[in-house]
Amino acid sequence: MAEKVSVDDNITYHSFDVLIVGAGGAGMRAAIEAGTDLNVGVVSKLFPTRSHTGAAQGGMAAALANVEEDNWEWHTFDTVKGGDYLVDQDAAEILAKESVQAVIDLENMGLPFNRTPDGKIDQRRFGGHTRDHGKAPVRRSCYAADRTGHMILQTLYQNCVKMGINFFNEFYVLDLVMNDGKPAGVVAYELATGDIHVFQAKSIIFATGGFGKIYKTTSNAHTLTGDGVAIAFRRGIPLEDMEFYQFHPTGLAGLGILLSEAARGEGGILRNSAGERFMERYAPTIKDLAPRDMVARAMANEVREGRGGGPNKDYVFLDLTHLEPAVIDAKLPDITEFARTYLGVEPYTEQIPVFPTAHYAMGGIPTNIKAEVLSDNDTVIPGLYAAGECACVSVHGANRLGTNSLLDINVFGKRAGQYSVEYAKTATQVPMPENAAADVIAMIDKVRKAKGKEKIAQLRKELQETMDKNAQVFRTEETLNEALEKVQELRKRYENISIQDQGKRFNTDLLEAIELGFLLDLAEVTVIACRERRESRGAHLREDYTERDDKNFMVHSMVYKQGKIEKNTGTNMRIGWKPVVVTNYQPMERKY
Amino acid sequence: MAELSVPTIESFTVTLIVRRFDPENDTEPKWEDFDVEMYGTDRVLDALHKIKWEQDGSLTFRRSCAHGVCGSDAMRINGRNRLACKTLIKDLDISKPIYVEPIKGLPVEKDLIVDMTPFYKAYLEINPFLVATDKPKKERLQSPEERARYDDTTKCILCAACTSSCPVFWTDGQYFGPAAIVNAHRFIFDSRDENAELRLDILNDKEGVWRCRTTFNCTEACPRGIEVTKAIAEVKQAILRGRA
Repeated sequence: MAEKVSVDDNITYHSFDVLIVGAGGAGMRAAIEAGTDLNVGVVSKLFPTRSHTGAAQGGMAAALANVEEDNWEWHTFDTVKGGDYLVDQDAAEILAKESVQAVIDLENMGLPFNRTPDGKIDQRRFGGHTRDHGKAPVRRSCYAADRTGHMILQTLYQNCVKMGINFFNEFYVLDLVMNDGKPAGVVAYELATGDIHVFQAKSIIFATGGFGKIYKTTSNAHTLTGDGVAIAFRRGIPLEDMEFYQFHPTGLAGLGILLSEAARGEGGILRNSAGERFMERYAPTIKDLAPRDMVARAMANEVREGRGGGPNKDYVFLDLTHLEPAVIDAKLPDITEFARTYLGVEPYTEQIPVFPTAHYAMGGIPTNIKAEVLSDNDTVIPGLYAAGECACVSVHGANRLGTNSLLDINVFGKRAGQYSVEYAKTATQVPMPENAAADVIAMIDKVRKAKGKEKIAQLRKELQETMDKNAQVFRTEETLNEALEKVQELRKRYENISIQDQGKRFNTDLLEAIELGFLLDLAEVTVIACRERRESRGAHLREDYTERDDKNFMVHSMVYKQGKIEKNTGTNMRIGWKPVVVTNYQPMERKY
Repeated sequence: MAELSVPTIESFTVTLIVRRFDPENDTEPKWEDFDVEMYGTDRVLDALHKIKWEQDGSLTFRRSCAHGVCGSDAMRINGRNRLACKTLIKDLDISKPIYVEPIKGLPVEKDLIVDMTPFYKAYLEINPFLVATDKPKKERLQSPEERARYDDTTKCILCAACTSSCPVFWTDGQYFGPAAIVNAHRFIFDSRDENAELRLDILNDKEGVWRCRTTFNCTEACPRGIEVTKAIAEVKQAILRGRA
């Protein structure tokens, strides 16, 4: 089915049944589901195989029970407990139940999983995934060496090619067009030409990924600037649980490049400068395979108490030296290569300097279990969907378990595809308002013509530094207020920028400026949500409120953009709260 | 959290000589020099960012993950195809300027950005997807040995470092090029795939594997360490004698 195209006043208009923004794992999984019987378009800022799903390493959780006893109920429990009881338990149940089919789908599409001797999909251990409610680590992660995300991304793209999915690559979506509260389409900027495109569709799926670039030390790609999440927010959609940002324990020290948790799943051990296996003190039962929030905190604490290594005592060590080189080569080839390339460390014989790195947003655009976007605690915006890291279902709660994100993109990407098709089959197109692209054209013109003194790179650097300093693993009211003040100062200075590239073609100078605008919005939302949650839960540690407070805070935060300054936040943002869905598991103390 | 640092040597000034082309103003590409303060552990990508962010915002290149897995930033650095994010300054001879130019054989769009369309077109032509007609309820079985048979070629990130290092591709843009053959190999030797014959037919074309002159440029260029020339040789063998 061909899309409808028209050109008017240098703007190209496209029309689809289902339009997907983002060509990572969630977006392409949705496209495969939707593309069989409707006219589907995918708009992506990158060529699809450049998406950051490809950087995921360790695996995808599913209770296949191929190598030992396991079941979806144990997986659900681990997900809920791992998320420090902020997980919506109905969503976690779907995630765990549908995981098995999600893995089978990928295998059937051609994904080259590692295999057991009898030819089944092999599985390995990962943090927080346990047998029978915490008794011992369980082998639940389905994997392809330490490049599972790469294989998922390639396999999904291959299948999109097979189906003839219509891609618009290197198109930056810069706005969501709403008409009377209903989504009509999106406006995109074409990198190669500088032209504006308006896409209208009955169903629109946001699968735009994360925004790790609000931080300085991050495993995230340069392109992960949260465009989709910020666009939704600017159009009045609240953002849920933005205070919950995951710091992955094992980033290459100083660089933030990810070293998979699979390293510990395969037997790797974290040590401090004295050589002590310090996780024995923090999580006596599952030690190095505790959930990421606990491990990251333990590492930061070791450094803070003077037990870090290196000239500045500012990192700890990942020790793989007791593993057979053959095992390392077969199971962890890429990450050991990263250690060699970027730090000059030989993992066969030397310990690898590591420190937590900003990795994954648990929060994002609020959705229900059909991936439908919500405009408040429970009102569905018909025709608008979100899946993957940009969305908050919430299956990850206050802390995501490793291997649950590759699962999330497949389960909820597929659901977004299915439900968007169901909707588009009977819905009528929301009319595209006159001058739908006017706001984007104005935004681009403003940046292009700006004659201010401030440099984009300098503002971005200051933003990332204040977020690392004030809103990272440890947080207090004081540090968060400092971060908020800084972000607001940067917002003012952002009004006084200029760029150098005045061209139309491949103007990445212009786009970096626009991306910084998105980062500033998301950093501000993050800091406000961090400040308003006056408790410690999962990845969010308040040193001034060190305990989990179920009485007051077993709720999701919802930050709304307002037209005026709100009293309770001192900004143009309002904070609301949303109940957590509890089915089977009452909150318990979280010990491992 | 404390500021991080890893042991580094002192910073020093590096000269980058970058091939520039502005499609809106230039008729011909030109070389331009930039001096940047770098550390040995910095990557060439860091140097390019430093130029873009501090000296000339119009310097244009693709990049995303910055650690060698997304395949965006293949370029020619001192005459060799590499990923800018995997090339450390200390591994280059910094007593001389570092030359950076776009990969060859594909039309230059702007500065270091090339038009990848011909490259992707060749990839799409080899049917880069599993073809299997059975409808299993569970996973298809595949032994570890069968899985290992095509492991090397699953690593491809479509960066085009191999194809754009190939002298045959430079002179004959119709040649499929190493990357397309690598991706065909990934399926031809996958025990689950039923379409090997079609792929072998496609690559038996006059612009197919027989154009390869085994110069090994592609193998040297591959940032993922894929034995590209060996994969091409295996495809040639399979055309002649069937899949082994």
